[in-house]
Amino acid sequence: MAGRGELIAVIGDEDTVTGFLLGGIGELNKNRHPNFLVVEKDTTINEIEDTFRQFLHRDDIGIILINQYIAEMVRHALDAHQHSIPAVLEIPSKEHPYDAAKDSILRRARGMFTAEDLR
Amino acid sequence: MSGKDRIEIFPSRMAQTIMKARLKGAQTGRNLLKKKSDALTLRFRQILKKIIETKMLMGKVMREAAFSLAEAKFTAGDFSTTVIQNVNKAQVKIRAKKDNVAGVTLPVFEHYHEGTDSYELTGLARGGEQLAKLKRNYAKAVELLVELASLQTSFVTLDEAIKITNRRVNAIEHGELSVIIPRIERTLAYIITELDEREREEFYRLKKIQEKKKILKEKSEKDLEHRRAAGELLEPANLLAEEKDEDLLFE
Repeated sequence: MAGRGELIAVIGDEDTVTGFLLGGIGELNKNRHPNFLVVEKDTTINEIEDTFRQFLHRDDIGIILINQYIAEMVRHALDAHQHSIPAVLEIPSKEHPYDAAKDSILRRARGMFTAEDLR
Repeated sequence: MSGKDRIEIFPSRMAQTIMKARLKGAQTGRNLLKKKSDALTLRFRQILKKIIETKMLMGKVMREAAFSLAEAKFTAGDFSTTVIQNVNKAQVKIRAKKDNVAGVTLPVFEHYHEGTDSYELTGLARGGEQLAKLKRNYAKAVELLVELASLQTSFVTLDEAIKITNRRVNAIEHGELSVIIPRIERTLAYIITELDEREREEFYRLKKIQEKKKILKEKSEKDLEHRRAAGELLEPANLLAEEKDEDLLFE
């Protein structure tokens, strides 16, 4: 059974956000709150964390895209998110290619497989 | 704690049937859990593999998209601000659907389009073809990312489900519950022993009674012989013999 339509949110540098907005995912909700955050040089970690948490709590966001280098800054907030929805996807940016070793999701699997090997 | 005992139950055929059923139930339950754990783990590994593949592919797609963005900026100037300021309604949205593996519900995403391109109205006419290519690239990236997100949610959900199932399997294999199946087996063995014992006792008792009866019979027959020989015994009254019936008043 399909559920309500949900949004794809994005937290990234200007280029990443621009690109995805052109891809058609951007929306302002009825409170004029956007489903994206442009992270600039002077954006504080707190701001990023707050926005991330807000996105997690909104019930109309199903996926959160986040540049991996930004994810690193708020790694603890990502690791704390145990639910499967919203899905948090770490994506590369122009300066920082994707590194599988840092991905929160894949690190979970590695934990699991250590236990498997021991059995 | 004497957890190694058997269950307190009166040994009877009914108890035996009940215990047999209980044993079968516990064993079947344990086997089913193991099967479930195996099925989930298999699917888990498959999904993990697919995730890694897709993430690598995504790296490539994103690089291409970023490149086309740089190209477009080169031609059209910096349109980022325009794009960001003109956000209105999303044209690409997602729906959550349910998939099922070995009794576990997995959430998956499906993307769909809604409404028209809100950027058509903005002054982004300059850089036309490149902008169009840019949009296509990012649209492609979004589709791939939605697929990746589905894999990821399935992955996380399965992770939890496997942990829970394995915990239950472990409880049955090594924990407190591991005494239940041996306990039922011991109870069953006890019941069967008791029932057999009782049967033997019955049989023995019957035999004894029969022997006694036999002895008594032989004894009483011998007695009879002696008394007949001594002429003490009268023939017992014979109902069928022709004799005068005293109760008849009229002849």
